[in-house]
Amino acid sequence: MVFLWAFLVGGLICVVGQIMFDVFKLTPGHTLSTLVVVGALLDGFGLYEPLIDFAGAGATVPITSFGNSLVHGAMEEAEKHGLIGVITGMFKVTSSGISAAIIFGMIGAILFKPKG
Amino acid sequence: MSKKQNKLTPEQQKYQQFAKKREVKRPVIKNCIKAFLVGGTICTIGQAISTFYMYYFNFTEQTVGNPTVATLIFITMLLTGFGVYDHIAQFAGAGTAVPVTGFGNAVISASIEHRTEGFVLGVGGNMFKLAGSVILFGVFSAFIIALVKTILIQWGGL
Repeated sequence: MVFLWAFLVGGLICVVGQIMFDVFKLTPGHTLSTLVVVGALLDGFGLYEPLIDFAGAGATVPITSFGNSLVHGAMEEAEKHGLIGVITGMFKVTSSGISAAIIFGMIGAILFKPKG
Repeated sequence: MSKKQNKLTPEQQKYQQFAKKREVKRPVIKNCIKAFLVGGTICTIGQAISTFYMYYFNFTEQTVGNPTVATLIFITMLLTGFGVYDHIAQFAGAGTAVPVTGFGNAVISASIEHRTEGFVLGVGGNMFKLAGSVILFGVFSAFIIALVKTILIQWGGL
């Protein structure tokens, strides 16, 4: 069942992105930045966590979850260390996405030759 | 927009209207359906990977997002390197851009593309050329939100 919800919720978030592309004529950069901010806002109001419980990867795979986990890590540390935790905890949860992108980007650049 | 248009000469305005009329109409509904199907499929694959990690590596539902994202970015690297990702992205639009694979693709394609300029200035300098804005706005908005929330909790007694 969670597979179906992952499909539907993930698909819907992509449709929102597509509408921002086509109807509001935003560039991919603007669209993704907006979605990240939206994800961060949703977590600020405590709404993203229930969505993850409900849709699983449908909520964690879209880029909105990047904003969510940034806020999440920051809040987690902030509870322990106060205001300084906001900065020290920022990348705590989301480190895998960034480090994977950097590592595989480097490996990709070593392995593959640019085309065209 | 109107402010910008006021500065244009009449000829330029005429041209703007002319160009607007001949702009190719985007098939919004069709694109949305494609984005929905492909994006949904990517998330379903992500769910399958999550289930695999939860079952074999003792991750919980809350922590499983991390290895899933890393695995998806690894798959993206292979697809980008072999030139398959571009074709899928052409077809799916936001369906491949919005999931984390789009973020991975932006980083990986930029680093492959600039490899000819050398590893330090090319790959290192351009890796986050496209994905940088996502990180910047994500981090900055998360900072503001977490700051406000922490202040509210600590001194507002929320």
